[in-house]
Amino acid sequence: MILTLAIRNLLHDRIRLAVTLVGILFSIVLVAVQLGLYLGSSRMITDMIERSNSDLWITAFGAKSFEEGGILLTPRERHQALATPGVKAVIPMISAFAEWRKPSGGSTRVALVGIDKEDGGLEPWNMIQGTWEDVRAPDAIAVDRTYLKDLGIEGVGSTAQIAAGRVRVRALTEGIRSFTQSPYVFTTIGRARNLVNFDGEKGDKSTFLLVQLEPGADVVSVQQALRERLDGAEVLTKAEFRDRSLTQWLFKTGAGIALIGGALLGILVGTVIVAQTLYSSTKDHINEFATLRALGSSSGYIHKVILAQAGLSAVLGYILGMAISFGVLLLSRDSPLPLVMTPGLAFWLFALTLFMCAISAVSAIIKVTKIDPATVFSR
Amino acid sequence: MTQSPVLEAHDIVKELGKGAGKVMALKGVSLSLVPGELTLLMGPSGSGKTTLLSILGCILSPTAGSIRIAGHSTEGLNAEQLAELRRRHIGFIFQSYNLFPTLNALENVRIALDVLGQKGYPAAARAEEVLREVGLGHRLQSFPGNLSGGEQQRVAVARAIAASPSIVLADEPTAALDSENGHAVMALLARIAKEQQRSVLAVTHDPRTLGYADRVIRIEDGKIVGEERRPEGVNSPEITDLTKKRRKAHG
Repeated sequence: MILTLAIRNLLHDRIRLAVTLVGILFSIVLVAVQLGLYLGSSRMITDMIERSNSDLWITAFGAKSFEEGGILLTPRERHQALATPGVKAVIPMISAFAEWRKPSGGSTRVALVGIDKEDGGLEPWNMIQGTWEDVRAPDAIAVDRTYLKDLGIEGVGSTAQIAAGRVRVRALTEGIRSFTQSPYVFTTIGRARNLVNFDGEKGDKSTFLLVQLEPGADVVSVQQALRERLDGAEVLTKAEFRDRSLTQWLFKTGAGIALIGGALLGILVGTVIVAQTLYSSTKDHINEFATLRALGSSSGYIHKVILAQAGLSAVLGYILGMAISFGVLLLSRDSPLPLVMTPGLAFWLFALTLFMCAISAVSAIIKVTKIDPATVFSR
Repeated sequence: MTQSPVLEAHDIVKELGKGAGKVMALKGVSLSLVPGELTLLMGPSGSGKTTLLSILGCILSPTAGSIRIAGHSTEGLNAEQLAELRRRHIGFIFQSYNLFPTLNALENVRIALDVLGQKGYPAAARAEEVLREVGLGHRLQSFPGNLSGGEQQRVAVARAIAASPSIVLADEPTAALDSENGHAVMALLARIAKEQQRSVLAVTHDPRTLGYADRVIRIEDGKIVGEERRPEGVNSPEITDLTKKRRKAHG
């Protein structure tokens, strides 16, 4: 009967129910979009690090993120790392911003990633056209399909210029986005060094060294040993480098705070709207709740009716809100900053909606707690 | 044979309001209710009859005095304990019926069983049974908005007796009804008292109800000023003024 009464109370005033659902829906969509953007941003920032086949990253001291590696590491650091017990391989890679000159004129900034797939440290994924073998060809590069327009090229076969060198697109990837909005351009490490003139006089410089450990080697011990050997470099675990990159792009730039702030605002607005409508509904049905109390119902019984109303509103609002959020998610697929919805986020959004509605029910519950059952005689 | 009372109120005092606005609504009222009787509590407006009904129904607490419901003292009980006493022993009928407009007749009765923890098919069957008892077997699925005043009050009566309480308290049960429906509801209450051996107390100032009463208690200015009882064996709606007789007997 609790559920029946809750459903009937909700359906009794359909306009108010619609307002409640719009409030929840608005809140869900806002939170889903903000957190979806946050997750999308986080994924873009950390994808390269997460997908690397490495246990440790050696970076220049103070490297801020994957794209901002700072000063270059020399072959000396690589050899020192290779000589450390427990280290199986040390793979050099280049990550640097460079100027891309469009064939039709004008230029843009790209994030050049130079690495040799054969070393097994990192390789472009989701290749939809061409292969790594194609990228090894002279002047060859791979770019992401989504950035073709930004780069002013048509696709495979198009040519352009990066810094001082000419390049030709030989392969396309799908969905490798850059949070910096500077498209990733993959090529071999040798070509990357040539393009941005990292060869210099000493040659073989790199932005990062990806360290793979011997089976059974302890990550923390090897990290400590590397730190002791490498004076001017930092040795970070994947998790540490990932967190540093996230901190750099999401928090030091304020972008993440804005996204989380937006999500909190959504929760706040949703809670206020649901609280207001639940309170108003309870007030409208106060005589019925007083009658229930006079009939001997416990206050817990009445609280359950109100919570059931809140729960039903939450479920309905969640379903509608998620339907719209998935629509927004689909529309954002080809945008520079696509939303991400994971099963975990969907679950937490549901939990959040229930929590929001439960919190909203507090004012209504306080109202019914103060019911004087004697009012049933005064009507 | 005198039956033991299911409700006993002793020397009930109730003060309402605060400070200068304080009013003594009840000034030492004592009464008891026994099973099988329909008792009317009559008095002018402001005499304290609804306040007394609220106190007897464990909705209001007395300022002084004691109450025993089915052998349980209400003294020192908190709101939840009083609610439990209400749902186990007392059925209420209200002047404005107080039905849930969003529930049909069957559901309105079922909810009284639901608060008692009786759910599912047995509760539905019991609700249907009592609705048939009050002559509404054909209106089970009707919502209050589609029922006449008399039918609504009969649903309220069914709701009050569904959980088989030993006491039924009714506040002006005929006030909102026309003559025909008023008589029908009073006949129903009298039948409930007699056939189901419940103790029914109805607050009223409707003279049409007198003929159904086994006993009439008159209250004025917060005090019981008279009590009349139908003589045993008398079936006609005639009330003998026991107070007068008693006064006469005592000189």
